[in-house]
Amino acid sequence: MKTSIAALICGIIFGLGLTISEMVNPARVIGFLDITGEWDLTLMLVMGSALIVTVIGFPLITRKAHPLLAEKFSLPTKTELDLPLISGAVLFGIGWGLAGLCPGPALAGLASLNPAVFLFVAAMVAGQFIGIRLEKALA
Amino acid sequence: MIEPNVAGGVIGGALIGISSVLMLLLLGRITGIAGILTGVITWNKADGLPWRAAFVIGLVLGAVLYQVFVGPLPMDMQAGTPVLIIAGLLVGMGTRLGSGCTSGHGVCGIARRSPRSFASTATFMAVAVATVFVTRHLLS
Repeated sequence: MKTSIAALICGIIFGLGLTISEMVNPARVIGFLDITGEWDLTLMLVMGSALIVTVIGFPLITRKAHPLLAEKFSLPTKTELDLPLISGAVLFGIGWGLAGLCPGPALAGLASLNPAVFLFVAAMVAGQFIGIRLEKALA
Repeated sequence: MIEPNVAGGVIGGALIGISSVLMLLLLGRITGIAGILTGVITWNKADGLPWRAAFVIGLVLGAVLYQVFVGPLPMDMQAGTPVLIIAGLLVGMGTRLGSGCTSGHGVCGIARRSPRSFASTATFMAVAVATVFVTRHLLS
């Protein structure tokens, strides 16, 4: 229960971050990616600002024996630069460049009740299921 | 150049960072939205379904609060229906195979100095820039 309430609050903060920064707006994202067009550096400010907080905060936290509401840290353990990692990043990059939406802004954007966002999220969920199938086939 | 949203970008980015730091401090988890979503859609009760669902609900609630207190969500869609479907499929498949997205790799993974996250972020950024170059400048 405590972890769910904590995650709910963190989700709200994240959702506010994505909206206040306008990262829910595909025009802002495509504007950043369009480096030879009319460039919009907002995304760089968002990522830079977020990274300042995480780069300082993360090492201070992982020094602790365990998180406050859980027995242990659950961090990714893979270190290998393998084909699924890179091919996945390529597919994601194409999709992100086509729509200007990545998972966070797409989910937060559902609050707009814009049918186009619901369509994108439905396709993204279907894509994740296809991805899970592919992972099983490759493993 | 398009006028950047400097204040919104810096404040919003800091909130994203604070949320990620709190998730690590409290739950010991990486705030990767793609991964959190996978746990919800597969209804994986063995791997923290309640907190994952709560985070996604919070994400939408945050945007609802923005609409209540600030104004309509700024969302100018840049693609038509067929392209949105293809893009959504690619984002879903890619984030699954590639173990993460802009938040998990771009914000959290880089802070963990994960080589996989550096490689992923550099790759999806470069590919997305190339994609926009093709669609905005070569095809139109």
